[in-house]
Amino acid sequence: MPRIVNTAVEEGSFYAAVAFFVVLAAFPFYWMLITAFKTNADLYNVSNIPLWFSQAPTLDHFRYLFDQTLFARWLLNSLIIGVCVVAITLITAIPAGYALARLAGRNAETLGIGIFLTYLVPPTLLFLPLSRIITMIGLQNSMWSLVVVYPTFTIPFCTWLLMGFFKAVPQEIEEAAIVDGCSLFGSFVKMVLPLSLPAILTIVIFTFTLTLQEFVYALTFISASAQKPITLGVATDLVRGDIYYWGELMAGALIASVPVAIAYNLFLDRFIAGITGGAVK
Amino acid sequence: MAAIAEKIGWRSSRFEFVFDRPRVLGSLFLTPAVLYVLVLVGLPFLLAVYYALSAFTVYNPSHHFVGLRNFVEVVQSGIFRRALLNTFIFTIGSQILGLILGKFGALVLLRPFPGRKILRALIVLPWAVPIALATVAWEWMFDSLYSVINWVLMALGVVTRASAPQWLGDPHLAMLCVIIVNAWRFFPFAIVIFLAGITAVPQDVLDAATVDGAGFWRRNYQIILPIIAPIVVVGLIFGTVFTFTDLSVVYLLTMGGPVNATQVLGNLGFQIGILSGDVSHGAAVSLFMFPVLFVLVILMLRFIRRREI
Repeated sequence: MPRIVNTAVEEGSFYAAVAFFVVLAAFPFYWMLITAFKTNADLYNVSNIPLWFSQAPTLDHFRYLFDQTLFARWLLNSLIIGVCVVAITLITAIPAGYALARLAGRNAETLGIGIFLTYLVPPTLLFLPLSRIITMIGLQNSMWSLVVVYPTFTIPFCTWLLMGFFKAVPQEIEEAAIVDGCSLFGSFVKMVLPLSLPAILTIVIFTFTLTLQEFVYALTFISASAQKPITLGVATDLVRGDIYYWGELMAGALIASVPVAIAYNLFLDRFIAGITGGAVK
Repeated sequence: MAAIAEKIGWRSSRFEFVFDRPRVLGSLFLTPAVLYVLVLVGLPFLLAVYYALSAFTVYNPSHHFVGLRNFVEVVQSGIFRRALLNTFIFTIGSQILGLILGKFGALVLLRPFPGRKILRALIVLPWAVPIALATVAWEWMFDSLYSVINWVLMALGVVTRASAPQWLGDPHLAMLCVIIVNAWRFFPFAIVIFLAGITAVPQDVLDAATVDGAGFWRRNYQIILPIIAPIVVVGLIFGTVFTFTDLSVVYLLTMGGPVNATQVLGNLGFQIGILSGDVSHGAAVSLFMFPVLFVLVILMLRFIRRREI
């Protein structure tokens, strides 16, 4: 009998812990979701139960977002910034990652760690001089400044991840290609790259999400509404003076969050393998 | 056959010199990435040092060298010292909270149960979603009038409407709020790190310990924890670096207020250097973060090296 009680208590506390983590992790997003679909009359009435709808759900906040604000423009800006940064990152990080994994010899380890450490240099240390540099090259208040600056953290990060992935490609494949008459470069282009497509796709996704997540540089460089990326636009432009448009804010936050959340979940395993592959071996 | 002929074509091209030597091709491959980082990370860093040592403002861009005067003036300001202390409280508080949540979350996720995949997907959310957007959601949850947290507390009878806490209006509570939001953002990362470490512990070591009579806690703290310590420390240093230098949570949630109660170095540097245009003093404030970062990076390097032995 006590054994059954023990098991019951153990199971009970385990599922209580599960419930705790579900609420902790997901409640702010549930709150986003429900706020986005509530009417203002429902939102701003303290006698209503806030956890569920007291009036029928509405799409008003989404309509307002697309009709009355620059939301669609911010989405487009983020897309353009993301695509450009991904392109720059791929062009520089793929060769660098391969060089560190295979070509650079004894110094590769040190160089790799050095490049990775630059990922740790925080935006708050660099935003002042970078904003001066951005002004000097005439990109102040333009979203192109972000295209220039974002690769400073995506390149180190992706080079590190790719180094781990390339190390996992069996060296025999390249050796075979070289025996068959390929040059080093040829074996990289014809054998290694096609084999690494999944890794490269991971890099594309993560670079894109990193550009969506960034806030500090965008806040520092851009004050013109029409040039803002989505994260900055939602967080700073939907507040007029002291008035918060919570319905619109949450609707905007929701739209911007969903794709990132999905991407992370689809690629999480690969991402962890990349980090630990580079760092742990 | 055709493929081989084509490859021979590669080999006999006049770029053979470049394409066939690992060293040459390696440097060629590395140059764009290294250059990009040097020009847009290395150069700005030197520029930050330069600004901090001169009297440079947006309105008066003089390149007059003033030595360490900016640093001395910054240290003498009460707000700066407050921000420095707050930054440590904010960082240490949210890292400890995040680690505790991460350790227990990892224990929960280790055990198979129906719906574990869904739980994992949900737990990753705080780390994946842009922190600026999640912070706005938290700000709404901490709202002075419509706070859902206060509603729950009232429904449970813990507080009345009159005594409901003003989360972002009270200095101590505001600090607690920014710590909670930051810990909330990092705990999924901590879980992932713990899980990666724990699954790398060899099963036979655990079995041997069990045979020798080690119980659950003993296995946890005397076998698993020492083995996973290096990777946890690397994760912790990561979190510390990004928390210590963070700006977005504080900027969006409290703007450093009320009355500088949650002012941190990142936000102070932003207010002085960007909003007020006093680049020199802003750069000096930012550079005060550097010694801490430097120590952390040295620690990190030692741990990365150690695990390779």
